[in-house]
Amino acid sequence: MATAGLHDSELGELQRRLIILRVGLLLVVALLGLRLWHLQIREGLYYRDLSENNRTRSVIMEPARGLIYDRNGVLLANNVPSFTLYVSLEDVKDRNVLIDQLTNLVGLDPVFVRKKIMARGSKQLPRKVKDRLSLREATLIESHRLDMPGVMVQVESQRNYPGGVTASHLLGYVGEVSPEQLERPEFSDLHQGSIVGQYGVEKFFDRFVRGQAGQKSIEVDAVGHEKRTVVVEQPHAGDNLYLTIDVRLQKVAENLLGDESGAIVALDPRTGDVLAMASRPGFDPNILSRELTPKQWAEIVQNEGRPLNNRASQGQYPPGSVFKVMMAAAALETNTVTPATTIHCNGGYQFGRRLYHDWKAGGHGSVDLRRALVQSCDVYFYTVGQRMGIETMASFAHQFGLGEETEIELPSERIGIVPSAAWKLKAKNEPWLPGETISASIGQGYVNVTPLQMASLIGTVANDGVTFRPRLVQAVMDRATGELQERPTVPKRTLKLRPEILPLIKEALAGVVKEGTATRAKSALITIAGKTGTAQTTALGKDKKAEKDIPKKFRDHAWFVAFAPVDAPTIAVAVLGEHMGHGGSAAAPLAKELIETYVKLMPPLSASATNGIVARDGDVGGQGTR
Amino acid sequence: MIDRVINSRGFDSFDLRFIGLIVAILGVGVLSIYSVTHDQDAAFPFYAKQVVWILLGAVAFLVMWLSDYHRIARLAYPAYVIILVLLAVVLFEGKSSRGAQRWIPMGPFAFQPSEFAKLVLILTLAHYYSKAPRVGWLQRVVLPGVLVFPGLLLILKQPDLGSGLSFLAVYAAMLLMVGMRSKALGVILLFSLMLFPFAWEAMWGSLHDYQRQRIMAFVDPTYDTGGKGYHALQSRIAIGAGELTGKGLYGGTQSQLKFLPEGHTDFVFSVFAEEWGFLGVLALLLLFVALIWLSLEIVARAKDRLGALLAVGITCMLSFCIVVNIGMTAGMFPIVGIPLPLMSYGGSATVMTLASLGLLLNVKRRRLSFL
Repeated sequence: MATAGLHDSELGELQRRLIILRVGLLLVVALLGLRLWHLQIREGLYYRDLSENNRTRSVIMEPARGLIYDRNGVLLANNVPSFTLYVSLEDVKDRNVLIDQLTNLVGLDPVFVRKKIMARGSKQLPRKVKDRLSLREATLIESHRLDMPGVMVQVESQRNYPGGVTASHLLGYVGEVSPEQLERPEFSDLHQGSIVGQYGVEKFFDRFVRGQAGQKSIEVDAVGHEKRTVVVEQPHAGDNLYLTIDVRLQKVAENLLGDESGAIVALDPRTGDVLAMASRPGFDPNILSRELTPKQWAEIVQNEGRPLNNRASQGQYPPGSVFKVMMAAAALETNTVTPATTIHCNGGYQFGRRLYHDWKAGGHGSVDLRRALVQSCDVYFYTVGQRMGIETMASFAHQFGLGEETEIELPSERIGIVPSAAWKLKAKNEPWLPGETISASIGQGYVNVTPLQMASLIGTVANDGVTFRPRLVQAVMDRATGELQERPTVPKRTLKLRPEILPLIKEALAGVVKEGTATRAKSALITIAGKTGTAQTTALGKDKKAEKDIPKKFRDHAWFVAFAPVDAPTIAVAVLGEHMGHGGSAAAPLAKELIETYVKLMPPLSASATNGIVARDGDVGGQGTR
Repeated sequence: MIDRVINSRGFDSFDLRFIGLIVAILGVGVLSIYSVTHDQDAAFPFYAKQVVWILLGAVAFLVMWLSDYHRIARLAYPAYVIILVLLAVVLFEGKSSRGAQRWIPMGPFAFQPSEFAKLVLILTLAHYYSKAPRVGWLQRVVLPGVLVFPGLLLILKQPDLGSGLSFLAVYAAMLLMVGMRSKALGVILLFSLMLFPFAWEAMWGSLHDYQRQRIMAFVDPTYDTGGKGYHALQSRIAIGAGELTGKGLYGGTQSQLKFLPEGHTDFVFSVFAEEWGFLGVLALLLLFVALIWLSLEIVARAKDRLGALLAVGITCMLSFCIVVNIGMTAGMFPIVGIPLPLMSYGGSATVMTLASLGLLLNVKRRRLSFL
């Protein structure tokens, strides 16, 4: 340790230098004092004013929603800049005057403006009055801003769907968050005027796509004119979504339905990827994402064709003969029949005092399981269903995913109906009648399914019994990090069937196209297997009229489910045409078209299969009557 | 031991004044924190926690006051190594808050090494300069610079611009007091210090907003362009709105209505200024000036180089933090995260400041002889 004496001179020097610090300190403190005097005394009134009226306006900066692409990166939803009119109520002296001004100068609807301005909500935040102003409206407002304190025009991004109607049920649409929604916890970080997904993927994945609003602080003077703007928090754009659909296939599916009502679903059975999902009639999400007048709303909602209904996941129909795919598997698994068991079909099935018809007058003769599927023999399945009983049928139907959600990532999926004694007691408070088992065994009566469930069912068969949860979003791209996060494919369940059963059924379904009720689905490009179905909508009695003589709304629904290629399926399709008549004639050709498009777009690895001889091109398929 | 010291010749009216000033400023701080957070719905709100920190700080104060600073100084190098390790640990293991990693979680508390690094740096530099006569540019300026550098780098890496600047300020103060040979340099420094606010205003004020933001973003990646601008504006409004007499306790709309963020930490002065007005601000400035004046007295009366150096380092560090914090709340400087000593809420900062003041008072203690 050095003694102090050694550096006495230096210590003295140091202590003499203290004067620098003393002077410096006093100077700096004097400067601080001056500055504070300036702020508090000279400008005190101004700042007091700012604080009292808090003359800083907070303005929400709406985030840009995430973009939505198809599986190949084709843009399906983006944002375009547009002008939005805001009114900051704190600065409005007389609301009626302002409403008059906006009406007379800009030509806005006074009732509409009044409603927006008078709506409940925070007084501090500016009100969104109208979005998508035309350029003319925006410039008019801006040029008269000095006469209308409190009025602001902000540039914001509007949701835009370049494809218009294409895939509208999948994408959904957006809209302002409703007062009821704002009460709910999942919308807690939103505010009046926030845009949220109201339907489809936009709704289901809203949390990803929504983004996070920012905020800016605008200093205004006593008359409410902006003086300077400080961005408090930049808005964060939402994440981008990559869907599993191929928009080219989607468009083909939609065009195939054309002006008819119906749905087409195409899945990749190996992953559950939704390749296409069409529902007709559709709607234009661009129109629905705007602010609609009640009248416009009513027109859309009350439209006969119910365009807002996604028939693929929300439409419920009797499956008709498509149900027989499940029935065949159940019959073999329960040993109700063996593949060799034959049942004689003479065109009807007598039960009690009723005769249940086969669609083929005169019957099919002696049929085994394969032929029963290929020719869609009703009597065979009446018999099998009668032997199994409704409870066994119901439990197998559940195994195949009927009567429950496929868990597709879309809002409000419907589950259909798998009837059983317990169900009927609960739903109708009536006991189950034996005759109802017979109707149920050919997918009539109470049985109800969605086209999506049917696509999933045939996909399960194609995929040797493993059901994947339908996947609609392939990946999410985090906007902040640019990271692409793949969403998992989820195997939901495996059918509990003896291993020899599904191959038998698949072979029979290939026969349906080769030589059975769906020869119209035969393709030169690829082998296809499938099952037709014709779902009765009303009992027409036995007086068979020609189909064209039956009014459209009483005609049957046409079903066709299919997978291809037969030996290693990569696509599963369900087609439902409302009131389009027979599955074999109306729905099967559509499925074939779609599968051929798919082959051209994405050739499956084993697309080498060819068809043998083209069988007769006849319309078969039909209806069993009660 | 403590009794003996206090009753013999350890304690006099100077100490009483010194401690009285500290207690007064601490009290004002707690009051302001209370005003902002009294409606906080927590079992243990900020103002209550701050009282706990002060009690912990009081213990640190006593320990630093009543030991022998020569012995403390001998621990300087090992302590500096330890703090460097801790700073490195923070970088890899620390608890982050808004993109900056500054804390080491310790049970219910979080420990902020960069706060303590300032005191350790003062000890280290004082120890270094007191060892032997230092001659030549290399020994006086460059070597201490080499000492400062790793700590500074680690702190800036967190990034904690505020602590980094304090670090530099301590180094500059030490250079000014002992490192520089000629008075000429001292004079130059003095003038640049004096002119700094004006030069700053001229330079910084003439830049466009976006240019400032770019500079700030370059220096401090956590600088949030919008947030800081908003802070600065709301802080100016709060201070200005206080006018001459203030709005009274809880009367500060800026802080009460939560327009002013961070009212209990970096912007505690704005809260005080809004509620107590210019008169209150003058009184508070007076308290701070008196405290620093007494600290300078201690430097002047130090018995040896080490004591003088310790005292001058601590005094400069405190003065720097006080001036920069008030300057930034009043919109004179850009906003860097420097808390107001003895007033801002914060465990590590409060304990560190009180420990430093204890060491300062230790230098003044009259000793019978070297122990």
